[in-house]
Amino acid sequence: MRKLALSDEVLLSIEKPARYIGGEVNSVMKDKEEVDIRFAMCFPDVYEIGMSHLGIQILYDMFNRREDTWCERVYSPWLDLDKVMRDRDIPLFALESQDPVRDFDFLGITIQFEMCYTNILQILDLSQIPLHAADRSEDDPIVIGGGPCAYNPEPLAEFFDIFYIGEGETVYDELLDTYKEWKKSGASRKDFLRQAARIDGLYVPQFYDVTYHSDGTIESFLPNDPAAPERVRKQVVMDVTDTSYPMKPVVPYIKATQDRVVLEIQRGCIRGCRFCQAGMIYRPTRERSVETLKEYARTMLKNTGHEEISLSSLSSSDYSKLNELVTFLIDEFKDKGINISLPSLRIDAFSLDVMSKVQDVRKSSLTFAPEAGSQRMRNVINKGLTEEDIITGAGQAFEGGWTKVKLYFMLGLPTETEEDMKEIARLSDRVARRYYEIPKEQRHGKCQITASSSFFVPKPFTPFQWASMYTAEEYDRRAHIVNDEFREQLNRKSLKYNWHDAQVTVLEGVMARGDRRIAPVIEEAYRLGCLFDSWTETFRNDLWMEAFENTNVDISFYNQRPRGKDEIFPWDFIDIGVSRSFLYREWERAMNETVTPNCREKCSGCGAAGFGGGVCYESKN
Amino acid sequence: MKARIKFRKYGALRFIGHLDVMRYFQKVMRRAEIPIAFTGGFSPHMIMSFASPLGIGLESDGEYLDIELTEPIKSNEAVRRMNEAGVEGIEILSFLQIAEEKKMTGMTILAAADYLVTPKADLCSSKLFPVNWQDTFSSFMKQDEIRVMKQTKRSEREVDLRPLIYHWECRGDSVFVRTAAGSTENLKPDLIIDTFLKYAGWLSPARESLTAASFTFRRLEMYAETGRDGKKELVTLESFGGEMN
Repeated sequence: MRKLALSDEVLLSIEKPARYIGGEVNSVMKDKEEVDIRFAMCFPDVYEIGMSHLGIQILYDMFNRREDTWCERVYSPWLDLDKVMRDRDIPLFALESQDPVRDFDFLGITIQFEMCYTNILQILDLSQIPLHAADRSEDDPIVIGGGPCAYNPEPLAEFFDIFYIGEGETVYDELLDTYKEWKKSGASRKDFLRQAARIDGLYVPQFYDVTYHSDGTIESFLPNDPAAPERVRKQVVMDVTDTSYPMKPVVPYIKATQDRVVLEIQRGCIRGCRFCQAGMIYRPTRERSVETLKEYARTMLKNTGHEEISLSSLSSSDYSKLNELVTFLIDEFKDKGINISLPSLRIDAFSLDVMSKVQDVRKSSLTFAPEAGSQRMRNVINKGLTEEDIITGAGQAFEGGWTKVKLYFMLGLPTETEEDMKEIARLSDRVARRYYEIPKEQRHGKCQITASSSFFVPKPFTPFQWASMYTAEEYDRRAHIVNDEFREQLNRKSLKYNWHDAQVTVLEGVMARGDRRIAPVIEEAYRLGCLFDSWTETFRNDLWMEAFENTNVDISFYNQRPRGKDEIFPWDFIDIGVSRSFLYREWERAMNETVTPNCREKCSGCGAAGFGGGVCYESKN
Repeated sequence: MKARIKFRKYGALRFIGHLDVMRYFQKVMRRAEIPIAFTGGFSPHMIMSFASPLGIGLESDGEYLDIELTEPIKSNEAVRRMNEAGVEGIEILSFLQIAEEKKMTGMTILAAADYLVTPKADLCSSKLFPVNWQDTFSSFMKQDEIRVMKQTKRSEREVDLRPLIYHWECRGDSVFVRTAAGSTENLKPDLIIDTFLKYAGWLSPARESLTAASFTFRRLEMYAETGRDGKKELVTLESFGGEMN
């Protein structure tokens, strides 16, 4: 029988002990004596969040296909267990073997959002691994980071040995093979990192030095070791059909946020919204073959026993075989009690028809993401959705029986005026008006329009990486302008408006575009007790502000300061295949309120064609 | 067509709560392709009911769930497939056909359950806990009545535990109890132990570490009551079923 790292007494004293026991269906057990490499794969948040992440399931499956490697999972202990582990000096363990993480060869951490940075330090700390890469010895695991936030790894640079830039399917095998050879050779840790730095897509921060101008901007960013390349090129899988995909994903006992089979139908997005980092870093758009996806759906439902299947992509409506795939899923599985969930669909006649088949129209709501209230603002951000699209789509939905609509917006976008803000309320009202145009006897009571806004955070490798942010007070002022305008609307009783926390936005801004000088702030915040910063109940802005003060780091330098065309950004050493000149051209077009066509309409020469495949070559095949 | 499934729950699966055990079985049914029936409506769900939820931390050799089938399946085939699709910690013991009457579900007919109560190793080595604790338990059980305040979801009321304990005996280092179970009267063994520790005086402030948490509880079997030949008799829930061939 599997041993457990925690005693019965501890497990019975904490919330949801099932988070920590492993042993789920499809989790992989191996004999640790029979493998050469032990890899601990971590999502630095609680189990239910981490288990919902597709990327980890892909890598877990891919690593465990290697006979010489055993990959296990690690998630953040919630505050209750965190305290017990510290009080009793219990080291953090991996779920499968329940062995301490510090005994592993690798600790891989996926970095999905900025507000998990203190959780990364918790993982290292509880694992009893030195926080700083420079303090680690040959006995400590190699700490490697990946995921979207690795596209600006600099705030975390001193905590990681290696960052993997791009999609995990490409060079991990090479890294693991290199590691195996190195382990046999008995050479130094630094020697291994040198070999790693020579592999495409891997960034070893300690082999680079940064100097700064007197105004605080970067003067130079250069390798200090011959093994380190000047630029690190992101990794992409060009054939997304013929690559590994987990046919037997782990099935949690407790309900994970994503408790279903996930079919990733494509990578990348053709749309080119100027605020969207995913839309740039995952270029070029690559589709999976529809026949393969059908086979995956069958096999994965059978292997997991899940009662729901969901499609995953940045914009499902742009998948060229969507109609065929969705029709197949409905025909094949609807009668077997399988729910079909279709997120990120554009609302039109086709999607409404499909949705009326797979969900209860009266109970479900439709979601639109206009992102901005005015057409002017939507042109600035290059969101191709027009007001006519929204009103027509909503109208068709209302006539089809839906009464609930959700609208997503962003506030604090570049060039935003008071008129743009107020348009959020007015557009919401116009959607409601469309509902009340339906004769009373044909509609079902009142409609419910829920508008939500988040505050825009400029991200690296987007045209808006040059944009300035605002203070928390200014964000709140803008949200109140919108809220006041909602109260002026004719259908205000059918409208609801929520907005996100402005304090978190400010921190996200600093982390997203920060440099190496942010690391001490993160460490200080962690020391002061910040943890689970993405959870409203545990977020402590006061402690974060104290951390900035104690480390003498000025938020306005990172957020409010205007950035020049030629300023060296901390992430410029990464080559995502999309050129900086394209991004700047897009920034200028944004300022001129000019829309850029999507990749299928017209190629804008972003540079991603250099990868030699995907949407860039569709018409040429 | 209805079937009754008997299973064990042990090891790490003790920490999986009742709702998650239900989810676990829903997924096992699909993986093992058991022909289970669904309710109608827009969001159909499997027709499945458990005899009695097992608390977190308890092991059991005798858990039951009843399901509705759309077509027959061989008993041994169903047991094999469910175990192949299952995990360590839940073992299917039998899969038997039961009568169609609605009032015969495990939940409705449940009347009693057996438990084995064992002090944990660290408790046995503790000076607080006498080696001859079973003698004290014996005198505890010899009382005419054992009055205790019992907390329910809505209120608190005084009950006499003694008539709800149908049988008890020492088994090695453990104590075996057969208690009332089901919807009319339900006695959980941890309440017996907490009351016993109070009776023995081992719950004084200085010894507050002694609670039911220092014992392991293992459910062994569940019973229904039959009134054959005018006298009451307990029969296992499993005995209502017949092999499907």
